[in-house]
Amino acid sequence: MNLFSGTIPMMRKEFLHLRRDQGTVIFALLIPVVQLIIFGFALNMNVRQIPTIVYDQSPSQRSRELIERFRATDTFALLGHVTSDEELYREIRQGHAQVALKIPADYADRVLEGRGATVQLLVDGSDSTVSGAALNVFSSLILLENQRLSNAGKSIVEARPAVLFNPATRSPNFFVPGLVAVLVQIMVILLVALSVVRERERGTLDQLTVTPVQPLGVMVGKMIPYVALGFLEICWVLLIMRVVFAVPINGSLATLLIIAVPFLVASSGIGLLISTKAQSQAEAFQMSFGTMLPSIFLSGYIFPINNMPLQFQYVSKIIPTTYYIDVTRGVILRGASLSELWVNGAVLSLMALVTVALAARQFQRQLS
Amino acid sequence: MPVIETQDLTIRFGDFTAVDQVSLSIERGEVFGLLGPNGSGKTTIIKALCGLVRIASGSARLLDLDVRQHAAEVRQRIGYMSQRFGLYEDLTVRENIEFYSGVYGLSAERYARRFAEVVALTTITPYLDRRAGQLSGGWKQRLALACAIIHSPEVVFLDEPTAGIDPVARRALWDLVFLLSGQGVTFLVTTHYMDEAERCGRVGYLYNSKLVALGTVDELKRLPAANPPGTARFEITCPNVMEVLAAIRLLPYVHEATIFGQSIHALADVSATAALAAAVNVTPRLIEPSLEDVFVTLTNQIRNAA
Ligand SMILES: Nc1ncnc2c1ncn2[C@@H]1O[C@H](COP(=O)(O)OP(=O)(O)O)[C@@H](O)[C@H]1O
Ligand SMILES: [Mg+2]
Repeated sequence: MNLFSGTIPMMRKEFLHLRRDQGTVIFALLIPVVQLIIFGFALNMNVRQIPTIVYDQSPSQRSRELIERFRATDTFALLGHVTSDEELYREIRQGHAQVALKIPADYADRVLEGRGATVQLLVDGSDSTVSGAALNVFSSLILLENQRLSNAGKSIVEARPAVLFNPATRSPNFFVPGLVAVLVQIMVILLVALSVVRERERGTLDQLTVTPVQPLGVMVGKMIPYVALGFLEICWVLLIMRVVFAVPINGSLATLLIIAVPFLVASSGIGLLISTKAQSQAEAFQMSFGTMLPSIFLSGYIFPINNMPLQFQYVSKIIPTTYYIDVTRGVILRGASLSELWVNGAVLSLMALVTVALAARQFQRQLS
Repeated sequence: MPVIETQDLTIRFGDFTAVDQVSLSIERGEVFGLLGPNGSGKTTIIKALCGLVRIASGSARLLDLDVRQHAAEVRQRIGYMSQRFGLYEDLTVRENIEFYSGVYGLSAERYARRFAEVVALTTITPYLDRRAGQLSGGWKQRLALACAIIHSPEVVFLDEPTAGIDPVARRALWDLVFLLSGQGVTFLVTTHYMDEAERCGRVGYLYNSKLVALGTVDELKRLPAANPPGTARFEITCPNVMEVLAAIRLLPYVHEATIFGQSIHALADVSATAALAAAVNVTPRLIEPSLEDVFVTLTNQIRNAA
């Protein structure tokens, strides 16, 4: 008995469905673009252009120089000047500004006399990311200003941090490669689950049970076109990432695409498992979207896995996206090669085998 | 050697016995009709013969193979067409036939030959490039039959093949059935239509999961159980059938009465012929029982016995 009996006709038929149903293909290729652009821009974690006001209590050459330093950064966007403490607090309370720079009246005098001047930065703490970034940049600005003003000209210890692999520390470089994995997974899961449930609703699955085809053959034949579509989608999303977000691919594209195959098969396998449980297309839809939350929040896509409670770390280990996100970031940002990422490929292959085998067994069971 | 043979076939779903000790023996080229109310176990018997449900006890053999051990081989040699047809509506007629040919693993040459044959048989040529979803019910049914016989099966199961199909299409399907049975294909057909049952060579009647009658249509009509001694069947034709029906059901010598179109069929004591005539004000005509009469009588007897 050939376990794969039915694979070829099933696959050809499924390709025909896809060709007939161009809506699905367009959906599959268009939605990622929209999501990519929304998520890609919205998830910009780099803090830029914080609305900032200045309260310069006695304008002078020195204070203007300091304000210039602020203006020169990308972090602060100077909105204008205020002339009293009340006005300063009101602007922040009303949310017009998130940061206020307060320069005391004796600033210039004290600097000239070398007596140690104080500059205050008032930060709205309600957004921790913004306030953190503001304080960091503020400290380093003041450090630089100190060096510039000190007659010695050189400080003894100089910190010179360097960021490896994502030198610009740009958010898109971090998020977009992960987004490729998240988007493609949900798409493949959904399409596979819907396609099986649709066949069950229309009675064609029942018809197949009285033919010599085997569950495994049916499943594999059904998956192939969607794996192909997912593959196309990955290429497509990578292209957008490269062109629209200008994220360079540091490693080899081949590694990215080779490991994509077990990732896509594992995702299809999840779709098949869902289809064995879902009674209707609506249910298949819900369950497919149910897999989206863990694959966004527990896969390391947004939150680092190491910071999660232990139970969640275990969950993240059984999500295919976790491994493929690691691969995309590895290849795209760190230039990692297949020899460094093969473990991910192996784990994904194992997941592919397990999910497809489980689904086939589940089908076999439902039929008898 | 019978092509389909079951012995005391019993199938249970949990505590519920869906098929209870059914024994059938169907020869090559027969057109066998399986009748019975909804839920009496017709579909379950077909599924068992396809190796799809667990057999609790008894046996089911198809083409001399035990369906439990040879499910895959059995499925290669049977065709199955259900009321739902199992067609892919977004694919064309040709693509549907091609798909099922692939499912049965036909070689390219064999497919080319069989495609020509089934298309000619079902005269579906003008619609080959039309989507299956755009066909009328009758043509869908023919396409489903074409798909079900693409691999030249020796046995074909038709499970309520004509439900919801117009009379012309029904007749056309039965013509095809007899054409194929003439070529040696064995058919097991379930139906609710008595005229279709009358066309079958032999008929089995299932009631409460049990086979309660089995034989040719003529044999069933002469069954002693359906014609209790001292009684006869009368046809009463009158304008106000509903009132007359209600009235005669109360008479002690009328055992059964049902409406058949514009008239009433009644099973009554022969000795009361004159009284019946007086009661209904017309002369009742003595008739042979129809197949439906037989099933109604058998069903009533089982109910009364219980
Ligand atoms: N898989 C199943 N599980 C539980 N009960 C079933 C199953 N399949 C059929 N039945 C029950 O078995 C009985 C016979 O069903 P079926 O053979 O479909 O009847 P028919 O075809 O004569 O209308 C019905 O009462 C049905 O509900
Ligand atoms: Mg049925």
